[in-house]
Amino acid sequence: MDRILRVNLTDLTTRSEETPAAWAGLGGRALTSTIVAKEVPPACHPLGPNNKLVFAPGLLSGTSASNSGRLSCGAKSPLTGGIKESNVGGTAAQMFARLGIKALVLEGVPQGDAWYGLRVTKDGVEIREERELVGSNNFAVLDVLEARHGKKAGVISIGTAGEMRVTAANISVRDPSGKLRSHGRGGLGAVMGSKRVKFITLEEEGAPGIQIADPEKFKAASRVFTKALMDHPVSGTGLPTYGTNVLVNILHEAGGLPTRNFTAGRFDGHDSICGETMHDTIVARGGKPRHGCHAGCVIQCSQVYNDKEGKYLTSGFEYETIWGLGANCTITDLDDIAMADSIMDDLGIDSIETAVAFGVAMEAGILPWGDGKEMLRILREEVGRGTALGRVIASGAGAVGRTYGITRVPVVKNQGIPAYDPRSVKGIGITYATTPMGADHTAGYTIATNILNVGGQVDPLRKDGQVELSRNLQIATAAIDSTGMCIFVAFPALDVPECLPALIDMINARFGAALTGDDVAELGKTVLKTERAFNMAAGMTPVHDRLPEFFRTDPVAPHNAVWDFSDEEVDAFWNF
Amino acid sequence: MLITVKLFAHFRNGRFKEAERTYPDGADCLHVIHSLDFTARDMGIVMVNGLHAALDRTLQDRDTLALFPLVGGG
Repeated sequence: MDRILRVNLTDLTTRSEETPAAWAGLGGRALTSTIVAKEVPPACHPLGPNNKLVFAPGLLSGTSASNSGRLSCGAKSPLTGGIKESNVGGTAAQMFARLGIKALVLEGVPQGDAWYGLRVTKDGVEIREERELVGSNNFAVLDVLEARHGKKAGVISIGTAGEMRVTAANISVRDPSGKLRSHGRGGLGAVMGSKRVKFITLEEEGAPGIQIADPEKFKAASRVFTKALMDHPVSGTGLPTYGTNVLVNILHEAGGLPTRNFTAGRFDGHDSICGETMHDTIVARGGKPRHGCHAGCVIQCSQVYNDKEGKYLTSGFEYETIWGLGANCTITDLDDIAMADSIMDDLGIDSIETAVAFGVAMEAGILPWGDGKEMLRILREEVGRGTALGRVIASGAGAVGRTYGITRVPVVKNQGIPAYDPRSVKGIGITYATTPMGADHTAGYTIATNILNVGGQVDPLRKDGQVELSRNLQIATAAIDSTGMCIFVAFPALDVPECLPALIDMINARFGAALTGDDVAELGKTVLKTERAFNMAAGMTPVHDRLPEFFRTDPVAPHNAVWDFSDEEVDAFWNF
Repeated sequence: MLITVKLFAHFRNGRFKEAERTYPDGADCLHVIHSLDFTARDMGIVMVNGLHAALDRTLQDRDTLALFPLVGGG
């Protein structure tokens, strides 16, 4: 029976509990959001003793199911003030699952100034005071912990940004190559820093492993599922070849590529930063165009990007980061953007929030538009050293806007709006507005249907059908985020009829359950309503489900589109 | 009539990134697609002047036609 591990940092005690029956059918986001909603007082300070940081593998994590290695992390967000779930690849989710740990819950805050490292093994979790790695950034932490515990150990860590508790701080998780992936959004690294936990290691020697209730049925469903992933052109061909950055040219063409802090929908420099150019650059420099963020990933949309000398520079180099520093800050040197990606990984800050913050900073005149070298200097010398300017930037777009008196600040619930202009891709605007997570493209990725012709077609420039599209996708996403599956399984799931039933069959075979598609949809609805209720109890209202005013007043070229939904139309999202 | 044709992702392999090409008046998207040795089945996203277009959409002089295979990201 899987167990819940609790670590109380106030009195430095740990305990292992049986999973309550009500949580037995939950995993990933469903479990983190349920625990946060039940146990965290909504009005608490996110960095205070009453917030909790919850890690949970998904329902299928640790099995042989393709793309099932995502780890969820949840807490009250210091960035949005609402509930937050952020998920990540890497090796930790599968290790938690094989260790029989359904969730790890960090509670309380230490009384003194000491920092701690947590060591998770088959025997439970140990709390050890940590001195050596305090003040170190993520890559050094990974190296030292590899020396201490070996190459197979899982690592979850924060960089100096998390130690400073800035609200763009993220949490990093070791990937199969010994580099890292990130729980990027919502400032969860600040929560981990507030608990003075520098890192968590996982070792799975002697772990009980995964029990599959019906192994034959599991294998059969797994084969169907994997085939659907491999056969679909997006997950089987496009993503592994060009990575997520293939989107630069598509969004540019569609006029939905936010440029120069959301003042235009097309970027003249798109060709220098696009996925096609990136692919050719990677191949020419001996990097890897395809790479999995976790074992068992068959999509492999990550990559290894080398510098001009052919030396490793970064991996997990995503469209949103490249868009944010590229089009949104008008930086055209892909190497500068790759270096920034590496620095942000090392410091442990969200590359979406930070890129949107730089866009606002450029609008404020803190640095010139397109000045990649000054952006790198600010990351190293201001953010890295925790200067006043550095802390403002690393506290996100909203903080920069408030500090410098800027009105064009692209945030919802104080979280930076990513990579798709909601005026010219209206479905994603509904997702940004309504998701309890604050602006988050992954919460209900309408780009699939608005732009990519996956799961049908809904005209991106018209209002018709957008609320329903976003609602259906947010419900499905909340369910997928609970399985431990990568969200990109949604591409085949939207188009290949056998894909979703096979996913449900795998869950049933794993647990000896008899869930139907309706049960899974109900799970998604329950997750969304639980998260929404937490936000309302934390002081949010429907007025927080709004896009910034400038989207309504400033048309965006080339289609001169504006955000034209009424408040009532947006609020209808919650009619389910 | 003059049409700007843009190709993306693996459509560029052995072809071009962007070209101005001449087509007979009244040609539609499919006409251009066939002229490049693609089939309708190869198409993921077809845009004319930045707007999604059907394959039988008639082109006008100076239109920009963008052709993408079925790809995605996120």
